[in-house]
Amino acid sequence: MITFWFSVVVLAWVLFFVLEGFDFGVGILGPVLGRDDHERGAAVRTIGPFWDGNEVWLVAAIGVTFAAFPAWYGALLSGLYIPMVVLLLLLAVRGVALEFRGKGDGERYRRRADLALALSSLGIVLLWGALLAIFTRGLAIGADGQVVGSGLSRTLGPLFTLPALLGASAALVAALLLGATFLSLRTSGPLRRRSRALARWGGTGGAVALVVAGTATGSPLVLAAAVLSFGTGLLARTSREALAFTTAALIVAGSVVAVFTTHGQVVLHSTVDPAFALTRTSAAATPQALSLITWAGVLILPGVLAYQAFSYYVFRRRVASERVPS
Amino acid sequence: MDVLDLTRLQFAVVTIYHYFFVPLSISLAASAAGLQIAWLRTKKEHYLHLTKFVGKLLIVTFAVGVVTGLVQEFQFGLGWSAFANFYGDVFGPTLAIEGMLAFFLEATFLALWYFGWDRLPRLVHTACIVIVAVGTLLSAFIILAANSFMQNPVAYALDPVTGRARLTSFTELMLNKVNLAAFPHTMSGAVMVGGALLLALGVWRLAADPAYGVLARLGAWLTLVGGGFTALTGDHLGKVITEVQPMKMAAAEALYETTSGAPFAVFATGKPLPEFALEIPWLLSILAKGDPGATVQGIDDLQAQYAAEFGPGSYVPMIPVAFWTFRLMIGAGMLAMVIGGYYLWRTRKGRRAPRWLTRWLPLIPLLPAAANTFGWIFTETARQPWIAFGISKVADGISPGLTSSEVIASLAGFTVVYGVLAVVWLRLVRHLARQPLVASTPASSSADLAPVY
Repeated sequence: MITFWFSVVVLAWVLFFVLEGFDFGVGILGPVLGRDDHERGAAVRTIGPFWDGNEVWLVAAIGVTFAAFPAWYGALLSGLYIPMVVLLLLLAVRGVALEFRGKGDGERYRRRADLALALSSLGIVLLWGALLAIFTRGLAIGADGQVVGSGLSRTLGPLFTLPALLGASAALVAALLLGATFLSLRTSGPLRRRSRALARWGGTGGAVALVVAGTATGSPLVLAAAVLSFGTGLLARTSREALAFTTAALIVAGSVVAVFTTHGQVVLHSTVDPAFALTRTSAAATPQALSLITWAGVLILPGVLAYQAFSYYVFRRRVASERVPS
Repeated sequence: MDVLDLTRLQFAVVTIYHYFFVPLSISLAASAAGLQIAWLRTKKEHYLHLTKFVGKLLIVTFAVGVVTGLVQEFQFGLGWSAFANFYGDVFGPTLAIEGMLAFFLEATFLALWYFGWDRLPRLVHTACIVIVAVGTLLSAFIILAANSFMQNPVAYALDPVTGRARLTSFTELMLNKVNLAAFPHTMSGAVMVGGALLLALGVWRLAADPAYGVLARLGAWLTLVGGGFTALTGDHLGKVITEVQPMKMAAAEALYETTSGAPFAVFATGKPLPEFALEIPWLLSILAKGDPGATVQGIDDLQAQYAAEFGPGSYVPMIPVAFWTFRLMIGAGMLAMVIGGYYLWRTRKGRRAPRWLTRWLPLIPLLPAAANTFGWIFTETARQPWIAFGISKVADGISPGLTSSEVIASLAGFTVVYGVLAVVWLRLVRHLARQPLVASTPASSSADLAPVY
């Protein structure tokens, strides 16, 4: 039961990072690849109908974590208090910028919305990357299950470390790759051309960086990611857009699974003393609560997946980024 | 202020702010669904235009509600991890089920509806907005059940080993009698604030298009009827609360001594209130127990009783806050209802409302919004010192490691970002209302392209 719910938690996080990953990527790339107001609008329209439903996977992930592993939820969020708050604020700016962009008046308003969208998406991606890296390292959990430290540095400190920095840059590359392959899949015209070029270069460049990192750390997982990244670039070159996007999504999904299973049964590693770490069993809810959410999950989630798929089906047409003469 | 006060203040700030957008979304979704069904049945074009207008209001309001609601989902872990830990079995599944059952529905179908006008068959498209409206009600019901647990814990058992509360029955948790009373009360309040917004915008733009007159009258009806239901359900909720949290109602009345045939003070002054009071005889007894001669327990007796039951300490909430928020809630809500009714009367059979009325009506949403806010401040502050009544105190719920500087920083961040969002939202709503109701149909740039998949 506990293993099952751990997998559900990981699945919800994977879906969040993949689905919102391309939203963030598109958010950053909008002003970069879109040369004028019309093209930037087209970029935003590719994710317009989806971003909110995708973001609910974050609600689901955090909700399921809370339900199945309350102690993990509490320790993780209170232990990363400041970064999490910043993340929530950036997510607020991102969502509102996206939704408000097309409804205000004038190009200047939209340019500002685009800028807010791109900067907040960028911040979110960097922060998530750093947080995932911090997560693999563990937190300074003391004997009472709480992160020790004083003042702001208690929860802000871990952000300014080398692993966090590496995590942030890796996440940025991944989000850009995901965003570029999504854009090339969902648009036509100049935006499609440019995002394909970016996916090509990004995929190859990412592969090179990953090979270096993989040989330095001797990690076969990183080398596998390098192969996938190279594959993404190659597929983008040969105009297999759907496959290129899927491959990029696989990189993200694989990385998230790898991050969550770094410490095996330990869900939150303690850098103070391994004995203070949280394990799946020590963090889990009671069997009654688990069976309740099992019922709810089994009944509800297949439906959710079905109607979300339906929504992707309804909005399956490409968004034109070229000017349509009217 | 210590870290506990700061964290409480932060929870209050982000939750009250979130709750400006929640009732609006609930009632705008229902209004949009109603208008679209009216259009389908009558084929009158102005219903279609109003549906699209309300839809735009809904989508910008919903967006702010979503991003501020996400904060709520994290709050329990960020600032209240001890609470999350002890009550995780009760709260966690509730939040998870709310997310899986309601939020996905709302988010996905709202997008399908908003972007799907020419992609979906008419009936399927209408079903989408109905599903959104149902989703908002579902999530309100589930989250109010979680709140009702804090007011009146039910369906739990304390684990003797870990000391944690564990859920014994989900149905019982949902059907908490406080929830059954609070849900209709809260929903009526939501109808009022959404109605008041439609009334305000309709009146403000009356000159631009006669369809706004329809919107204004719809809004006025919602304000009036919502107000009536708010009063009825509020009366019932008051009786339930008198039963499960007598201290809260005693505080709302600043009633120190247990009294039979207790009067209701409309107004009171004095340090601990009331020194001078304007009272309506027997009314409190009627409100609390439905009987003019009934005995209402006073604060002093309850304090003694709780001290004996739960150990030494103060169990008295902030009396003036409870006393005044309770009255302001009723006053603001009833005033809005009366104004809504008055507008309907003055515009009956196509008459025109007087100028002074139409000049001030655009401010009317402030009244029910204030009533909602006062209601929540009342119900949550008068629950103090408990986080879950009778089993756990607020002071025991806070995240143990949390530092003051962290909370000051986050509170500042929330204040700044939320402040900016409020300004942007308000300006956008104004901008949307200024647009012509009948869009000049810009050549749809989405010339049908080949499907991607």
